[in-house]
Amino acid sequence: MIKVSGLHKSFGTQHVLQGVDMEIQTGEAAIIVGRSGGGKSVLLKHITGLIQPDQGQVFINGVDISHLEERELLKIRRDMAVMFQGAALFDSMSVGENVGFYLQREGKMTSGEIEKKVAETLELVDLNGMQHKWPSDLSGGMKKRVGLARAIIHNPSIVFYDEPTAGLDPVVSDSIDHLIRRICDIRQVTTVVITHDMRTVRTVGERVYMLVNGKIYLTATPDELFASQDPVVYKFVNGISDSEDVLS
Amino acid sequence: MLLGLKQVWGLLLEVAYALVHGSWKVSDIIAQIYQIGVRSQSVVMVTGAFTGLVLTAQTYFQFHKFGMDTLTLAVNSVAMCSELGPVLAALMVAGRVGAAMAAELGTMRVSEQIDALRTLNTHPVDYLVLPRVAATTIAMPVLVCEAVAVGIFGGYTLGVYGLGIDPIYSWANMVNMTHVKDLMTGIIKGFFFGGLISFTGCYKGLFCKNGAEGVGEATTDTVVISSIGILMLNFCLTLILSKIL
Repeated sequence: MIKVSGLHKSFGTQHVLQGVDMEIQTGEAAIIVGRSGGGKSVLLKHITGLIQPDQGQVFINGVDISHLEERELLKIRRDMAVMFQGAALFDSMSVGENVGFYLQREGKMTSGEIEKKVAETLELVDLNGMQHKWPSDLSGGMKKRVGLARAIIHNPSIVFYDEPTAGLDPVVSDSIDHLIRRICDIRQVTTVVITHDMRTVRTVGERVYMLVNGKIYLTATPDELFASQDPVVYKFVNGISDSEDVLS
Repeated sequence: MLLGLKQVWGLLLEVAYALVHGSWKVSDIIAQIYQIGVRSQSVVMVTGAFTGLVLTAQTYFQFHKFGMDTLTLAVNSVAMCSELGPVLAALMVAGRVGAAMAAELGTMRVSEQIDALRTLNTHPVDYLVLPRVAATTIAMPVLVCEAVAVGIFGGYTLGVYGLGIDPIYSWANMVNMTHVKDLMTGIIKGFFFGGLISFTGCYKGLFCKNGAEGVGEATTDTVVISSIGILMLNFCLTLILSKIL
């Protein structure tokens, strides 16, 4: 279970998170939505221990990770995986080396076993036989798939996705959404997706957390989110800017 | 300024901790020795050769006026071993390797590759910093020896075959006046210079500001800080080693 309690974070005079409280149950597919620049990625970085909060706590399976040292966090992160917004592939390595990186560093498998596992994982993300390509040879959607394969190769129990469909066309976005859903179902993992893409919410989400002004404004199922008549939620879901008077 | 010092101190401690307890691999260090040491040989040897040549020529022009021709190669040898070899080799490595380290790590930082490493159960110091610092510290003394050897050989060749200095007396003077401590001074300096260059490059890369401008700034800072640091450290080491050795 992931629990966030009273999380505050400021960068200079900008107060990005102003007391975030939320709980994500084990096995749940949670979607965190909010406007661009609203602190979604900052929240994700706190949950994964990549940055430390000014105040508040983050619990992963009961362990408070908010002020752990980096080497202690490494142990906690063995059970997690992150797919980054820009894929963050290691550009000096081939696709196969990227995907097999975790296992290679771990040193528990032979190179033959790693190659086999890499091939299986690439097949899962529909990238069969792409091991010898280089990240620079791949399209945006393919890079995200490789990033996902790299993240899940060690069978983590929690997978985080930071804007998985950002910058992709609707067709590729849809395929990524279905891929996330498929991995969620096949591997039975806790899934946390940061997005402002409503199609992702529909396809992947089981519970939605809406971040507004640095706080969780709404916790709901996707159906409840889309049916909401709350002006803030309605405007966000329907993509209406503040200058328009929706309810009139 | 205080934040910078805190980061430098923190990284130093982290490297020391990683050396003892980290999950670094010998294969990573060997790969870096190839990148840093083997691939820097040509630039270091060319630098050593031309430094030896010009030092021999200038020394000969002055010593010839007083009939001290056969001491020319001794001056070249001592200067190359203890001062010019290590300093010039280190300056060349700072430009080639230090800048590349800052640019590589800086790019990895701004493109979230370092965050990705952290989520893949890999500490950036174990995987990126320690192998680079260790490899440069190991490779630098060897590069210094190469620069010194090529510089002395170049000076000898120019002196004997180009300027007509007597080879027998020159060789005897050179061997008599060049002591083991001169070469040891150069090797020890190379060890410290290697550490300085690689640590500066890694620090600037890991803590660079976002964007292409941040990476460019980190690269420039690395070369400037390393170069000035080498000259200052050289002075300190010369004083200290002259007392110790």
